[in-house]
Amino acid sequence: MRAIETITGKVSVLNRDDIDTDQIMPKQFLKRVERTGFGEFLFYDWAKEPDWNLPKNPILVTGKNFGCGSSREHAPWGLEDYGFQAIIAPSYADIFYSNCTKIGLLPIVLPPEQCAAIAEAGEAQVDLAAQEVRWPGGSAHFDVDPDIKDRLLKGLDDIGVTLTRGDAIAAYEAASERSGPVTTAL
Amino acid sequence: MGKSLFDKIWERHEVASGLLYIDLHLVHEVTSPQAFDGLRLNGRKVRRPDRTLATADHNTPTDGTPRAALIKDELSRVQVETLEKNAAEFGIPIYSLGSEGQGIVHVIGPELGVTQPGMTIVCGDSHTATHGAFGALSFGIGTSEVEHVLATQTLVQSKPKSMRIRYEGEPGFGVTAKDLILYTIGQMGTAGAAGYVVEYAGPAIEALSMEGRMTICNMTIEGGGRAGMIAPDQTTFDYVTGRPAAPSEVPPEWRELFSDPDAGFDKELVIDCTKISPMVSWGTNPAMVAPVSDKVPVAASEQDERALEYMGLSGGTPIEQIKLDRVFIGSCTNSRIGDLRTAAEVVRGRKVADNVYAMVVPGSVKVKAAAEAEGLDKVFREAGFDWRAAGCSMCLGMNPDIAAPGERVASTSNRNFEGRQGRGARTHLVSPQMAAAAAIEGHFVDIRTWSN
Ligand code: SF4
Repeated sequence: MRAIETITGKVSVLNRDDIDTDQIMPKQFLKRVERTGFGEFLFYDWAKEPDWNLPKNPILVTGKNFGCGSSREHAPWGLEDYGFQAIIAPSYADIFYSNCTKIGLLPIVLPPEQCAAIAEAGEAQVDLAAQEVRWPGGSAHFDVDPDIKDRLLKGLDDIGVTLTRGDAIAAYEAASERSGPVTTAL
Repeated sequence: MGKSLFDKIWERHEVASGLLYIDLHLVHEVTSPQAFDGLRLNGRKVRRPDRTLATADHNTPTDGTPRAALIKDELSRVQVETLEKNAAEFGIPIYSLGSEGQGIVHVIGPELGVTQPGMTIVCGDSHTATHGAFGALSFGIGTSEVEHVLATQTLVQSKPKSMRIRYEGEPGFGVTAKDLILYTIGQMGTAGAAGYVVEYAGPAIEALSMEGRMTICNMTIEGGGRAGMIAPDQTTFDYVTGRPAAPSEVPPEWRELFSDPDAGFDKELVIDCTKISPMVSWGTNPAMVAPVSDKVPVAASEQDERALEYMGLSGGTPIEQIKLDRVFIGSCTNSRIGDLRTAAEVVRGRKVADNVYAMVVPGSVKVKAAAEAEGLDKVFREAGFDWRAAGCSMCLGMNPDIAAPGERVASTSNRNFEGRQGRGARTHLVSPQMAAAAAIEGHFVDIRTWSN
């Protein structure tokens, strides 16, 4: 995973609320077993609409509850592969938000007025360390979980970090693991 | 302050702050190939194959294809075969196409008894909340997290907020679990529970069968909720005990799984069940619903306009006048034996309308066998329904079961997003009874007053 410091550039705008992951990455592309190359299928059906305009910029500004529906990580993979490095929206669906942070695509929550101002400005700079978005004519602070921020700044793989805590997991298993179902015994 | 059911399960599974132990990991073919690849690339193993179970469901054809190698669609075949290879390589038990344990991942978990009260359960699928019906903490994860759980049997998680929805009053005749949850999502919106783990409670929930409870928890994600759960009680214990992977007696700890009377919730919602009618969705998200006796609403926003246009509907049309092309009874929301029984009762001795193609897709190979043992397949077939083999089928159109552009479907599944059942397909979400009656009439009917 690439480390994120600042993301600077033009802004693409998709002014719709409740965009679900079925639209971001339609199911026919979920049949692939590879992890890369999803960008060309992004918003596959919507992209056929005559007034569709979504340039490949580093930043996407969009509506509330972005990424609702299916948990498919293919949606963030597609957004990232298309060229987006940060998304700015008033809110996100939970699983989508988490999926983005796992692959180093930065989801930023800002109030609708500020999202509109950034869309209007057409360009912005995201400074993760300072937790600030700056654009011609304004700036805004955004919140991010400190652990997620740290991981994104360092570009760390979550699994590697957890594996270093292997002893704690083994200790939990020894002391508190439930006597639950054993799938291999079925 | 007392603890909620969610608090109790959460605390019991904290390995360390922010690191949650996972008791059961369910895996399917669509969201796992890249995760297994990640393990291979890094030379990592699956930490607990004995806490992991795989099945093929999303891609599998429902025409009775007996083995993965015979799946006609090449991409689907590769995906299912990849799952089989990965399961073999990493030592994970698998119920693939042709196995008698195969079925929709959220149907086979409870069926096998691997879903039990008090557990933490995850799966790379947003409808994992289904298992919360057993008093488990159960939620959907993305592929990076699938890989994380495979490698470590844990998840990095910060504790979500908690919410309780209480159902007061008794639902009227013809009002099912599906109607309760569709109504609830209609009330709170598609993001009404975003950031929350939802506990469903109250007399109307306690009165539900396990299948009804699964239908409710299943659709938690459609209201944005991270997980849905219901405190286990005698109904739960009776259902779970004695299943292949479950104990035969109720372990004492299961009886402690309830929210203390003084437990705090970050948000509470009360639903009056006496106000709920059989529901039909009219738009392109599951919050766009109306009582069947009502009319399609007049657009109140640009989003509504877009939805009505996609659905080919105009505001003011009585819902009962909406004509259908297809009826789909199936999906992890409504494909269990109880769902099939109630639908069969509606169609028994009747005929599917000429303008409708109707199909029933049991949720698992075992549900199919149970239904056939009761003769339900005959009831459906004689009425003109297509009786299919187990799988996700027309819930999401990743397999050959799809609707054509513009076709209108009454569906017992959980999502009516644009294109979900096929490009340009128009989905109306309903209960199994309502879907069955609509198949007979060729349009929606109010099951409460319907007499054919
Ligand atoms: S039946 Fe539908 S919602 Fe359920 S797991 Fe399959 S595709 Fe997902």
